[in-house]
Amino acid sequence: MSKKYDAGVKEYRDTYWTPDYVPLDTDLLACFKCTGQEGVPKEEVAAAVAAESSTGTWSTVWSELLTDLDFYKGRCYRIEDVPGDKESFYAFIAYPLDLFEEGSVTNVLTSLVGNVFGFKALRHLRLEDIRFPMAFIKTCPGPPNGICVERDRMNKYGRPLLGCTIKPKLGLSGKNYGRVVYECLRGGLDFTKDDENINSQPFQRWQNRFEFVAEAVQLAQEETGEKKGHYLNCTAATPEEMYERAEFAKELGQPIIMHDYITGGFTANTGLSKWCRKNGMLLHIHRAMHAVIDRHPKHGIHFRVLAKCLRLSGGDQLHTGTVVGKLEGDRQTTLGFIDQLRESFIPEDRTRGNFFDQDWGSMPGVFAVASGGIHVWHMPALVAIFGDDSVLQFGGGTHGHPWGSAAGAAANRVALEACVKARNAGREIEKEGRDILMEAAKHSPELAIALETWKEIKFEFDTVDKLDVG
Amino acid sequence: MPFKSTVGDYQTVATLETFGFLPPMTQDEIYDQIAYIIAQGWSPLVEHVHPSRSMATYWSFWKLPFFGEKDLGVIVNELESCHRAYPDHHVRLVGYDAYTQSQGACFVVFEGR
Repeated sequence: MSKKYDAGVKEYRDTYWTPDYVPLDTDLLACFKCTGQEGVPKEEVAAAVAAESSTGTWSTVWSELLTDLDFYKGRCYRIEDVPGDKESFYAFIAYPLDLFEEGSVTNVLTSLVGNVFGFKALRHLRLEDIRFPMAFIKTCPGPPNGICVERDRMNKYGRPLLGCTIKPKLGLSGKNYGRVVYECLRGGLDFTKDDENINSQPFQRWQNRFEFVAEAVQLAQEETGEKKGHYLNCTAATPEEMYERAEFAKELGQPIIMHDYITGGFTANTGLSKWCRKNGMLLHIHRAMHAVIDRHPKHGIHFRVLAKCLRLSGGDQLHTGTVVGKLEGDRQTTLGFIDQLRESFIPEDRTRGNFFDQDWGSMPGVFAVASGGIHVWHMPALVAIFGDDSVLQFGGGTHGHPWGSAAGAAANRVALEACVKARNAGREIEKEGRDILMEAAKHSPELAIALETWKEIKFEFDTVDKLDVG
Repeated sequence: MPFKSTVGDYQTVATLETFGFLPPMTQDEIYDQIAYIIAQGWSPLVEHVHPSRSMATYWSFWKLPFFGEKDLGVIVNELESCHRAYPDHHVRLVGYDAYTQSQGACFVVFEGR
């Protein structure tokens, strides 16, 4: 029987709060942390979020009756208290698969975190997690290469990779910049990295940088006998310029390029990632602007969602924070989202902030990149936290060595290998970290000096965004 | 007074990837690494190559991977046999991980001359 058109304003919960609904395997599920305006019932707030992020609008409209809205609407199927927080609650919402274009993370985010975040009935809203259904995952390209292929290309096995951002991050000429790359790589690093701010500025145009860097990589490779790379930042003002830079990196025989996926945008990222798959290029992903979106505990998008979106959009390495360095990030939460980058199945685990079971099927994994304010003393903890499928990047902790970048690089390489060797031999590297490093320093003056240089530096501030526990 | 610099000169060294920056391992240390490979459920395998080809993707297999081998002594013997048969070659030990189709461990045990 067809429905009758009844103009006016209905309560959202009449349509979008469906506590009896059992989510389908093909539904896209989302968990929002909601903080409503005073006096608005939880069910109404949650239903409003479901409505405004899917089919609903504030008023009943006649054209709804031209379709089967029950087939397309998002539904809030569960509400949960937030442990230790009386004013907020979790709303679990199921979205039918057909609301989203195949292979488009852009489309998913436009729906889920679009207008609804400015909705007046809410004081704050935070997207905590998304469960992507396999049916959607299989339409996404994913990492252009993945962990296995990257290891094979770079010939790096059985340890985390070692990298470093070139500093100062702005102001070096192309030739001077290439010099710093060369120093780091000859000292024993696997990768160096363009700082995210480096695109193509007046002091150093991209083509000039690419040429000098390529020469530095080549030289270091010949002299050390090891595979080397430098993340050439292809982030640009337009997609056309981005591809032009990527093509030139390929022409120079470089193994890896880089993109900033949040400032550059998901559409640009997915396009570049597809280009990388087609052209045999590794892709390093920076995350500038993420903290604007993910740091506030009650508003925005949790980084685990942004990390999942990146795995779908494509990238072979993604920055995840360091846990121990100068930037925000607690240990359990970080472990939770690095699992989302690297594993094929991650069970629901609230102690790690994962709200859903997530099956990635055959999608390749992404290396977790730890970068920012770390130095040799952090090495044992970093190896223990991040494991082998990671890239550990020391900027100041390389260039700040009293003998220069090459010696700083060697110090880090010795420390890294000493920790891996000790871990394999069954030692508890976090507990015995000091002994392991001091022993290793006996045969490495570079490491001995590094240990002396950085012995006092600590970054012990409490994290702003913590897991919700009672 | 003559200027005395505290800055050392870092000399580039040719290395052979993982553990290339550590001193050669003792017999016991090699045992530890083999035990780790076996405990992870990986297959130990021995490869060798002439130093002039050390950057090649494929080194020569010594026999076949030692699928299912649990005896550390057997692996040490195979490493030494390979080294005796090809004294001028680099000899490396690999822990092959069939689940990831990657190498969970890979390091040079004997450096060729």
